[in-house]
Amino acid sequence: MTAPTRAELAAQTFTITRSDLVRYAGASGDFNPIHWSDRVAVRVGLPGVIAHGMLTMALASRAVTAWVGGDPGAITDFSVRFARPIVVPDDDAGTELVVTGAVRAVDDDGRAQIDVTAMCAGDKVLAQAKAWVRANALA
Amino acid sequence: MRLDAAYVGRSFPRTPAYVVGREKIREFADAIGAHDAIYRDPDAARSLGYPDVIAPPTFPIVLTAATLQQLVDDPGLGLDFARVVHGDQRFEYVRPVFAGDELTCVCTVAEITERAGSGFLTTRTDVMAGDDLVVTATAKLVVRAEDVA
Repeated sequence: MTAPTRAELAAQTFTITRSDLVRYAGASGDFNPIHWSDRVAVRVGLPGVIAHGMLTMALASRAVTAWVGGDPGAITDFSVRFARPIVVPDDDAGTELVVTGAVRAVDDDGRAQIDVTAMCAGDKVLAQAKAWVRANALA
Repeated sequence: MRLDAAYVGRSFPRTPAYVVGREKIREFADAIGAHDAIYRDPDAARSLGYPDVIAPPTFPIVLTAATLQQLVDDPGLGLDFARVVHGDQRFEYVRPVFAGDELTCVCTVAEITERAGSGFLTTRTDVMAGDDLVVTATAKLVVRAEDVA
């Protein structure tokens, strides 16, 4: 059985610039040009260069890691749906991703389910995002 | 080109070992702006009970690039990478990835469906250290219909 609960977790804000996309491409090995070339992005029907979905998921994982006190080993399960692309403008300011979370339930095995919400420019960019963590790490 | 549903349940050959290095973890952590000591300082990681620095939670996606290549390279599956969009991603962790791990991946086609001309391919990749499961990565890829830009 799960005990119902609804504890809100502190919002985490991340800035994403073009420079971040180039760095993530290099580190991850995902060199799809829709993440660095406006020409290619527009050609495939996007408004412009978009962030890697996996960069968005990585930033959301930083928020979850912060909520569990800094040890990502407390995360046992993390899943997202990429609902909307994040368009990243070619300027120095970039765009802002805000990640919020709420503890939805704690099960008998001491695991807590966190519903994760990721917003950018008024859009929910991740859907059905949730993390299971060791509840004692949430303290 | 359509996905061949006969591939459901099929597993691809185990990928060659990927040796996880401290500097690769640090590079990945830098790229996601994660400055935590646990990704950089072996002593900080050991103080939390790990044998060496650990990798950020989404790091296993770096390993699954090799399995994605297997899917793209298989002419029978019919995966047109130019039309692929990442739909869903899930990681189920047995433990974090550590520096020093020698990891292999076995990718299995879990599901193939079609809706409104678009194909949906779900793969499950077991990331193993020797015979021990470390993390399972499940990805749903959307293959957009050809008449959609």
